[in-house]
Amino acid sequence: MNYPKILHIIETKKETSDIKTIMFEYSEDTTPGQFFMIWIPRVDEIPMSVSYISKKVKGITFKRVGEATDALFELKEGDKIGIRGPYGNGFKIDGKTILFVAGGTGIAMITPTVEKAIDKNISTKVIIGAKNKDELFFETRLKKYGAEVYVSTDDGSKGYKGVTTDLAKQIITNNKFDLILTCGPELMMKKLFDISQNIPFQASLERYMKCGFGICGQCCVGKGLRVCTEGPVFDKKMLKDIEDFGFYKRDATGQKIKF
Amino acid sequence: MDEDAGSMERIFDCGASAIVTKSIGLKPHKGYQNPTVIQLEYGILNALGLPNPGIDNFKNEIIKLNKLNIPVIGSIFGSDYKEFVELAERMQIYGVDALELNMSCPHAKGYGLELGCNPDLVKKITSQVKKTTKIPVFVKISPNLENLIEVAKSAEDGNADGIVAINTVKAMKIDLELKIPVLSNKIGGYSGNAIKPIGIRCVYEISKNVDIPIIGVGGITTGEDAIEYLMAGASAVQVGSGIYYRGLDVFKKICDEIEIWMKEHGYNNLLEIIGVAHK
Repeated sequence: MNYPKILHIIETKKETSDIKTIMFEYSEDTTPGQFFMIWIPRVDEIPMSVSYISKKVKGITFKRVGEATDALFELKEGDKIGIRGPYGNGFKIDGKTILFVAGGTGIAMITPTVEKAIDKNISTKVIIGAKNKDELFFETRLKKYGAEVYVSTDDGSKGYKGVTTDLAKQIITNNKFDLILTCGPELMMKKLFDISQNIPFQASLERYMKCGFGICGQCCVGKGLRVCTEGPVFDKKMLKDIEDFGFYKRDATGQKIKF
Repeated sequence: MDEDAGSMERIFDCGASAIVTKSIGLKPHKGYQNPTVIQLEYGILNALGLPNPGIDNFKNEIIKLNKLNIPVIGSIFGSDYKEFVELAERMQIYGVDALELNMSCPHAKGYGLELGCNPDLVKKITSQVKKTTKIPVFVKISPNLENLIEVAKSAEDGNADGIVAINTVKAMKIDLELKIPVLSNKIGGYSGNAIKPIGIRCVYEISKNVDIPIIGVGGITTGEDAIEYLMAGASAVQVGSGIYYRGLDVFKKICDEIEIWMKEHGYNNLLEIIGVAHK
C-alpha cells in the first residue's frame, strides 16, 4: 500500500557538517538504488535513496539543500517520520569487474551498491568525488568493506584534483570493466555515459516526484518513462532514447529546466 | 501521465483513443507541497493543486502530439470566463482536437469547483468559450454538488458539446499516529474503485436530464466498469487511476474486455448499450 508508515528514528549520524544519516526499523526487502518517499510531518515528502540496508534496519543519507532536508536534518532519535516504498528498480549488478562513479550525495546510493557487489565477489573500483574534502563521506566505510577507492575533489583538497569524469577516463583507459554504475549530478553522468565506450552502463536519475507509484507523471523522462517506476536506474539502451538525459529536468510546475 | 508529450504518447501507444491533458492555466503553477498523492484501502487520494507549466510552456507539447496525429483534449482552468476564453483560443491555435473545461477540481482555491458550483457562471464560461472556438467543448463537472442536474443543464444551455462526469470526490485521510491529515492541503479528491457507484449515479441522473453526450469517468478499471457507465448513459469513458490498478496498458485491456463482453452478450454495436439502463 502506498501509504506512509509512521516510524521512530532509531539513530542519527552526522557524516559531515551538512550531511546526515537517519536510521529506522523497516523490514521491507530493499535493493541498492531503490528509494523511499520520506514524509517529514507538516513539512514535505521527498524521495530518498537507501544508503544502509540490513534485514530489519534501513538508512538514508542526505545533504541539507532546502526546506525539507533542513527539517529532516534537525530531527533526532525518537522523532517520527513517515516512510513508503521502497520504490523503483535498483541497480542490476553483473559481471566480474565493476567501476562505480559517485558524485556528491550520489555516494549515499552507490555505497550499498558497492557492498552488494563485493558480497557477490565482484572486483570493484570506486570513484567518489565532491567539491572539497569536507563534502566527502563513506570513504572509510567503502575501504573497510574491501572496495578499491579513488577520491577526487574539484579543489584538490583531497585525492585527485579535478572532476570525477577526468579521473574516470584515466581509470577506464587503463583497466577493463564489465559494467559502469553511476549516481551523481546529471551532467557528470552524461559525460561518463559519453566516455563509457562499449562498456555496459547504468545511471540513477533524479527527478522531482509526487506520487512515487507511477500515476501522476511528474517524474517522466523520454517517452513516458517514470523515474519512480521504470527507473530510477536506467541502462545504456534506455538512456540513449531519453532526450532529457543531461539536458533538462522538470520542476514542480512541469516546466523544463536546463541543467 | 499527462504533463508532457512523451508521457501522453506512451499512453496513446497503450491503447487510449485520445488523451486529456493535465489542466493548464495561464501561468506556471507549482501546486501543493507533498504529500499530494497517497493510496488508501479502496482508492487514491490526491490534492495536487493544479500544478502545470502554464500555457506558454505547454504549447510545444501539444505541437509534438499533433505531429504524431494523437488526438488531444486540452484541459484548461481559469478563475473567470476571460481566462477560460484566452486558454481555449490558444489551445485551439496550438492544435488540440477538443477542449475540456475543468470546473470541478475539488481542492484549488478560486478555481475548479468554486466556479463549477454556480450554474450561471458555468453557462457564461461555456457559452463564451463556445463563441470564440470551433472545436468541441466538454465541461467536466463535480460529484460534490447539491445542484448537479442544474449545473449540467447550464453547461448544455451554454452550448457545451458534452459533459464529463465525474471529477474526484472531496475526501480526507487523517493519520492515526500523527493525528494530522496526511495531504498537505488536508482536503483532497478521491478516485479509484470506491467512487464508481457515485460516478454511475451522476451519469445516470445527468443523462436523464440533458440531451448532449456524456463522457463517464470515475473508478473505471475494467471493461465491465466501462459498460456500466455506458448503460448509465455515457457515450465514452476516461480512465485515470486505473493506470495504477492495472498498469499502463489498462486502455488496451479495457477495450479488449468490452469486446469480449459484447460478444458474450450478443451485441454488435456499442450504441445498443448506451443508456440502456433508462429503458
